[in-house]
Amino acid sequence: MSYDLKAETISISGHGGDRIEAYLAQPLGAGPYGGVVVIHHLPGYDEGMKEKARRFAAAGYIACLPNLYSREAPGADPDDAAAAARAQGGVPDERLVGDVDGAAKHIKSLSTANGKVATIGYCSGGRQSFLAACSLKLDAAVDCYGAFVVGTPPEGMGLRATPLVHMVKDLSCPLLGLFGADDQHPSPAEVAELEMALSEAGKTYEFHTYPGASHAFFEVSRPSYRHDAATDGWEKIFAFFSQYLS
Amino acid sequence: MCTYETQRVELSGSGKGPSGWFPLSAATVYFDHPVHAPTEHTLNIDFLNPGLGPGSRVAVELDPGSACALAEAILAMVGKQE
Repeated sequence: MSYDLKAETISISGHGGDRIEAYLAQPLGAGPYGGVVVIHHLPGYDEGMKEKARRFAAAGYIACLPNLYSREAPGADPDDAAAAARAQGGVPDERLVGDVDGAAKHIKSLSTANGKVATIGYCSGGRQSFLAACSLKLDAAVDCYGAFVVGTPPEGMGLRATPLVHMVKDLSCPLLGLFGADDQHPSPAEVAELEMALSEAGKTYEFHTYPGASHAFFEVSRPSYRHDAATDGWEKIFAFFSQYLS
Repeated sequence: MCTYETQRVELSGSGKGPSGWFPLSAATVYFDHPVHAPTEHTLNIDFLNPGLGPGSRVAVELDPGSACALAEAILAMVGKQE
C-alpha cells in the first residue's frame, strides 16, 4: 500500500533547545502511524535524504529528517553546509543525541503518531543511529553502513567520531544493520566485531552484508548504488519497522 | 567508502565563488564520495573562508590521478620561482 503524503520544511527544538531545520514527511491519513527519525549521511541534508523521508511516509510512517548542520550553515546549499561542518570536525555526539531526541519528540507530539519511534541513519548517520539507540529510549534502530561504531579512527582523521561499541549494553531497542561486503568503513571484520558484542550483550539484532556492494549502496544518484542490495535492504527495513513500530 | 579523513590547511590567497572574489583562509582536503564527479571516490578540496559563511567556498572534486598531477604541477611551478 502506498499512502498519499505531505512533506514540508519545519523548525523543531533540537539539542539545548536550539531551533533547527527539519524535513517532515507524513501520510495524510488519520493514523496511527509509527515514526522514523532519518539521520542524514556525512554529505548532509540533501535531496537523496529527503527522498528517503518521503519513501517512509509513502509506506505509512511519519518521517522526520533533522538538518544536523543547521547551526554551522543555516540556509546554505547542502554541499556547502557539509563542507562547513566537515571543516569544523563534524557533529558532536552529545548534540546529535539532543537533535534526534528533539525530532523523536516532535513526531510523538503529532496527533497521528502511535507513540513508537525508530532511527535510521546512513554513512556517518549509521553510527549516529546506534549512538541514539544507546542514549535514548527508542523502539527500533537501523544502522546503514555506519563506520567507527567499532574500530579506531585513523590518526589525524579530523572528525570527532570515536568508537561506540562500549555502549552496546545500553542499546534500548532491536537493531537492524545493513552493510556492504566491499566496504572498508566499516569493514566486514568490524561488522563481525559489532555483531559479537551485540550477541554477548544479549541484544536483539539482525545483520545483513551484501556481496558486491560497498559503502552508500542505497544512494541512487551515486555510482556506489547497488540495485540488488538496495532493493533487498528496503525490504528488510520495512519488515523490521512493521515488526517493531506497529 | 566514507574515509572521514580530513586534512586542514591554513592558507592565504583569494578564490572566486558564486558571488565573486573573496579572501581565503583555509582549505580542507579529503578523499571521499563526490557530490558531482561521476566516480565513487575523489580527492576533494574545499577552499574556504569560514568567517564569511559556508557559501564562501570554492570546491573541486578530482580523480586521484588528476589530483597527483595537479600536486606535482603546483610543486614544480612553485619550485621554479624559489
